Amino acid sequence: MSSAKPSSTVEASLTALAVSLRGVTKVYDTGVMALGPLDLAVRKGEFISLLGPSGCGKSTALRLIAGLSQASSGTVRVSRHEGEVQIGHIRQGHGIGFVFQEPTLMPWSSVRENVRLPLKLGGIAKAEGRARADAALASVGLADFADAFPRELSGGMKMRVSLARALVTDPDILLMDEPFAALDEITRFRLNNDLLALWRSLGKTVIFVTHSVFESVYLSQRVVVMTARPGRIQADIRIETVEPRGEEFRTSAAYSDYCRRVSAALAPSYSGQSTL
Amino acid sequence: MNAQAPVPAKPSGAQSAVRFVLPIIVFAAGLAVWELVVRIREIPPYVLPAPSAIFLTLIKDWAVLSQSLAATLLTTLEGFVAASIGGIALALLFNQSKWVEYSLFPYAVVLQVTPVIAIAPLLLIYLEQQTAVVVCAFIVAFFPVLSNTTLGLNSVDRNLAGLFQLYGASKPQTLRFLKLPAALPYILGGLRIAGGLSLIGAVVAEIAAGTAGAGSGLAYRIAESGYRLNIPRMFAALLLLSLAGIVIYGVLALISHLVLRRWHESALGKEN
Repeated sequence: MSSAKPSSTVEASLTALAVSLRGVTKVYDTGVMALGPLDLAVRKGEFISLLGPSGCGKSTALRLIAGLSQASSGTVRVSRHEGEVQIGHIRQGHGIGFVFQEPTLMPWSSVRENVRLPLKLGGIAKAEGRARADAALASVGLADFADAFPRELSGGMKMRVSLARALVTDPDILLMDEPFAALDEITRFRLNNDLLALWRSLGKTVIFVTHSVFESVYLSQRVVVMTARPGRIQADIRIETVEPRGEEFRTSAAYSDYCRRVSAALAPSYSGQSTL
Repeated sequence: MNAQAPVPAKPSGAQSAVRFVLPIIVFAAGLAVWELVVRIREIPPYVLPAPSAIFLTLIKDWAVLSQSLAATLLTTLEGFVAASIGGIALALLFNQSKWVEYSLFPYAVVLQVTPVIAIAPLLLIYLEQQTAVVVCAFIVAFFPVLSNTTLGLNSVDRNLAGLFQLYGASKPQTLRFLKLPAALPYILGGLRIAGGLSLIGAVVAEIAAGTAGAGSGLAYRIAESGYRLNIPRMFAALLLLSLAGIVIYGVLALISHLVLRRWHESALGKEN
């Protein structure tokens, strides 16, 4: 799969980049090398998936992009409203929304207050914050649940709240760390469709970490397959199909063909190695 | 485990009524046996007073006992408030600075493991009596508040902490909107323990002060009545102390329930 990287580098020079990683590595305090060296370029408005075996560092890569963790070497560049800046030198977060694997809601606050949190921390007035939180909730179909408490919601609804919270600051980049992994398949399919609809209407850059081949192919324009730890790029596969995608894509021959290709790219990381 | 119960559960109302009524029946039966034994065997009141005699003493001596009760409750309250504020403040300080924690935590443990009954006589030498009694209540009660609050502040969800970091939350914001709410169930648990313990601390100190020859609290009444072989009054004072302990626990448990009922597992019905 050596053809993948040069082509994305060419594109990188033609169109604006949202995120670029150059030679990024992450070594934990224990001496374990978790990631890299990793080179990755994500165009503005692109929907890409990072796919790989557990422990390959895909979540670590996401945390590096979010600035929640610092790279051991290499550069992480994230483009924002103000232009390109180095992570760590400015107050973070306003250009980035993050959705964790768990809903990560504050159980002591109502749904509306949970969604308003990023605005509250950013010093935005309460009335405006509430209005924007309600709008974000409406965009994920939860307008009627603003006053509920997280424990009163189902797993899928909690995940929607988490998504609304990530969208409330109107970020350019949405980072999602296996957000639907804990949900049942039917709920996951519905959320996949809703996420695609949101992505089309809002035009955000989405970096989606998953360990599901099917989910990655269904959602993204590009599937970046990573190797086992330390994670590097194994393959970079472009998914081209008729847009907008819908349920008919999920059952099409093209879809199963892409799934086969992605699975084949993933195979070296689970066959022949006994580390996991 | 719940899934293994195929028999439809009894209505919870009836069940809670049974839980409430059964101890009362046991209590009444115990009192009846006690009363009968004392009457049939004609045990003199200075050996073992009958429940009726204790109750009559409670009414007869109410003027003295109620004053002592008020004195003990005031001491308990002062010790409790001091322990709550001190314990929470120290835990917050520990949370802000590891250096402070490492420097001071061992002394908090020393204070906790040294029996207060052994410290009380010393405190009574160096401090004014009322102050010494309050300090004893504080010493006994403050450790559970400190350790529970510390535990709570360290139990913040890692991803939520990451979220606050991502959105550039300041330290005061993180404390106010994340750490304190997350620690609240732990803090309330600590306060619930501290309420009962500050009563114990107050009583221990009063007994120590009583042997020094002065005092006005319920524990002092118990010691004094013991010297005078006024056993019914000892029992009456003891009864009041128990009731005070139960009320303190009940009030704190109620506050905890009211504060947490909308979100915390401990305050939700089991069916949820």
